[in-house]
Amino acid sequence: MPPALRPWFRLLRASFAAQTRYLPAVAGGLIANTTFGFLKAAMLVATVHAAGGSVAGYDLESMVAYVWLSQGLLGAVQLNGTSEIGERVRTGEVAIDFARPLDIQTSYLAADLGRNLFNLSTRLLPPLVIGALTTGLRLPTSAGPYLLGAIAVLLGMTVSFFGRYAVNVIGFWLVEGRGLRNFYMIVSTFLAGLFVPVGMFPGWLHTLANCTPFPSILMTPIDVLSGRIVGAEAVRAVAVQVFWLAVTCAIGRLLTARGWLKLEVQGG
Amino acid sequence: MVDQLPAHAEPGIGRWTPYRSVLAARIRAQRSYRASFAIDTVSAFVAGLVELAEVWVIFHNVQVLGGLDFRAVLLVFGLANIGFSTAEVMVGHVDTLPAVLRAGTLDIYYLRPQPLLAQVVTSDVQLRRLARVGVGVACAAIALSVNHIHWSQATVAMIVISLVFGTVIYSSLFVTAGGLQFFLISGSEATAAFVYGGSTASTQPAAVWPGPLKIIFGFLFPVTFCAYLPALVILDLPGPPMLPSWLAWFLPVAALWAAGAALATWRLGVRHYQGGGG
Amino acid sequence: MSMRGSAPIIEAEGLTRRFLVRRKGSVRRDTVTAVADMTFSVAAGESVGYIGANGAGKSTTIKMLIGILVPSSGSARTCGLDPLRRRKELARRVGVVFGQRSQLWWDLPVRESFAILGDVHRMPSAAAAARTDELAQQLDMTGYWDTPVRQLSLGQRMRAEIAAALLHSPELLILDEPTIGLDVLSKQRLREFLIAERAAKGTTLLLTTHDMGDIERLCNRVLVVDHGTLAYDGSLPGLAATVGAGRVLVIDLATPTPDLIGIPGVTHLGSEGGGLRQRLALAGDGDQPGAAPSIPVVLAAVSERAELRDLSIEEPDIEDVVRRIYTAAEG
Repeated sequence: MPPALRPWFRLLRASFAAQTRYLPAVAGGLIANTTFGFLKAAMLVATVHAAGGSVAGYDLESMVAYVWLSQGLLGAVQLNGTSEIGERVRTGEVAIDFARPLDIQTSYLAADLGRNLFNLSTRLLPPLVIGALTTGLRLPTSAGPYLLGAIAVLLGMTVSFFGRYAVNVIGFWLVEGRGLRNFYMIVSTFLAGLFVPVGMFPGWLHTLANCTPFPSILMTPIDVLSGRIVGAEAVRAVAVQVFWLAVTCAIGRLLTARGWLKLEVQGG
Repeated sequence: MVDQLPAHAEPGIGRWTPYRSVLAARIRAQRSYRASFAIDTVSAFVAGLVELAEVWVIFHNVQVLGGLDFRAVLLVFGLANIGFSTAEVMVGHVDTLPAVLRAGTLDIYYLRPQPLLAQVVTSDVQLRRLARVGVGVACAAIALSVNHIHWSQATVAMIVISLVFGTVIYSSLFVTAGGLQFFLISGSEATAAFVYGGSTASTQPAAVWPGPLKIIFGFLFPVTFCAYLPALVILDLPGPPMLPSWLAWFLPVAALWAAGAALATWRLGVRHYQGGGG
Repeated sequence: MSMRGSAPIIEAEGLTRRFLVRRKGSVRRDTVTAVADMTFSVAAGESVGYIGANGAGKSTTIKMLIGILVPSSGSARTCGLDPLRRRKELARRVGVVFGQRSQLWWDLPVRESFAILGDVHRMPSAAAAARTDELAQQLDMTGYWDTPVRQLSLGQRMRAEIAAALLHSPELLILDEPTIGLDVLSKQRLREFLIAERAAKGTTLLLTTHDMGDIERLCNRVLVVDHGTLAYDGSLPGLAATVGAGRVLVIDLATPTPDLIGIPGVTHLGSEGGGLRQRLALAGDGDQPGAAPSIPVVLAAVSERAELRDLSIEEPDIEDVVRRIYTAAEG
């Protein structure tokens, strides 16, 4: 560990450790994720049957894999939103963050990743096991999809964070950022493919979704992990994730810098 | 004079006055933050639309699912959304009980001469959720006009029963969740399984469910009674195994069961809070 | 003069409350006794200070008295009512301020909170308005009457909380740490108000506090709770006497003098500077008036032995008194 990176690593580890105090919440989250998984599976399995065994390239087993992977990754990519930074912007406490010798965006990223890695370690496997035992699902048997999938999940978490971060710091220009955050959460979860795979969207909506970073957050990790896309196609999808990572990161940094200027000029 | 009586409740003051007064203040407070109220309303509306879009995307891929086409599902969706969103407007905040407990607000309710649950229910009203009721009303209205319905008194009665008792069932889910949260630390995710899971389930054609789901959301948390079964009666369609359409007429019984379970859970929760066992 | 003196307004009989506490990293639960076999009664019109260390069981007792917590054994009656069964009736007759939690609506102006509370207690609006005005004047709240509660200072908020608890003119006022965090002036104002209010209305007061000034100014009786049990019940001077804390005479002498031992009515506590400054404890005057020595007599006895330069009298430090009770109970 290079000394220069140590503060970020500490933030990440502390945030991971803090989550271990909320084990009842983990159990509750698993109950909720599993229930929604069964409801989603019922609808989508029926859809596959009604469509004659295949819909938008999904057969029964790959659809079920989609359902349980999406439920398992839900906590890790935190589609349920973040409000901490936005609240600190609203109350002005963000000035304390600016006073620290650490970059705001990346220090919050470290804390976010700590939380996400904890969620990944506790919330990914149980839905997959439950899915395998009840509805049955197919996962790849070679190592490739898992290795690239791990990268895709990490990228998905990071893109998710940068997007939420940008929406939170827009709070510098709003009296109350909560409404915008809710709005973002609703739209992003849908376009990320949480409820229905993006591949099932009608053409125009599919195109629209692909013009946003949201499929990179959840759909791409699922597609790579489940082996639905492999080889060059999978690498291309991960490259698209990197592109959105750069874009969302840049927007967040720009907004932060502008927001800081505003804070300096107007005194919070 | 030392023996003076405290200012007891005046018999002339209505028993609803305390609740009306708190609610009126909540409404005034929400209206005074116009900008955030507007955007909250918009996001509630969009949330309703996105949920509709999820259903629509599926029906973009298939014509008929669980015996219903999109027009029929639109009716299920509309009825479910009206009931759930109305319940959310009125009692949705009971679900935030952990925050109330953390802030110690519940102890304050003990100091007031009204029942606790009534105080918690009337402590707030989520007006912005009315936007979602609007989405439900629009969907139901469109569905009622585009489907071929043999209008009769029974049809109208079914619609009314569905809206009234459906709201009772959804409200009961919120209260049950509140009661359970006395026991569960950070349990709002666990109760979300049947509150928001119930909301999602009630928009689905229940015919696609495997048996266990039919038991859970058909009878334990009887949300199929809220919209799916009434829609079958209104559209004159048969029900799947375990859920024949005539069951819809037992909606008041299902509501009674849900409300009774909710009140019992709440009582248990309060007793647990007071440490009286249970 | 009235019947109120005869019927106790608070009666605790063997009041006990145990909690199950999950030990860290263990599934086993331990039983912790927060309040143990507490028996006391408070007559109408009394003013009682209820003191003890943090976690000694003060809040638990109060919660049982107003029906929030069920006693594990024993019973409590407040205003002659069973607080659990007749909570709603009791709520009309008791006013409570929990120092840490607010009964006001934090996003509404103070005025609106009072209007709502008037309705909550179903007071006729004219009566509610008159009582609100009265309290607003006495507690000097008119300056922030239209300010949202969340913008109030701590002192302003506490005054509003106490006014809110008194709005329905309760027979019994229970204050849980009302002066915590207040500055000296705010504390003094609040105490003056409470004295005046009690004089005017005869309201019974039960007060928990860490501030001995509150007790000295406001209470004619003290209950000390320690580890859940009642360690003392009586007057404040009596409390000092019980633990042997009395006033201390500090005398500065012109020349180093041998320890001043053997002067009637005083005990030599210690000497500094080779006997230049000496500290003499005056015997407590709590139990028997007249047993206390008169200071001129003591001084006369001292000046027979050495030349006096200066003297001062230290009042018993109540913090110290309470500390002594705790240590005595532990030992």
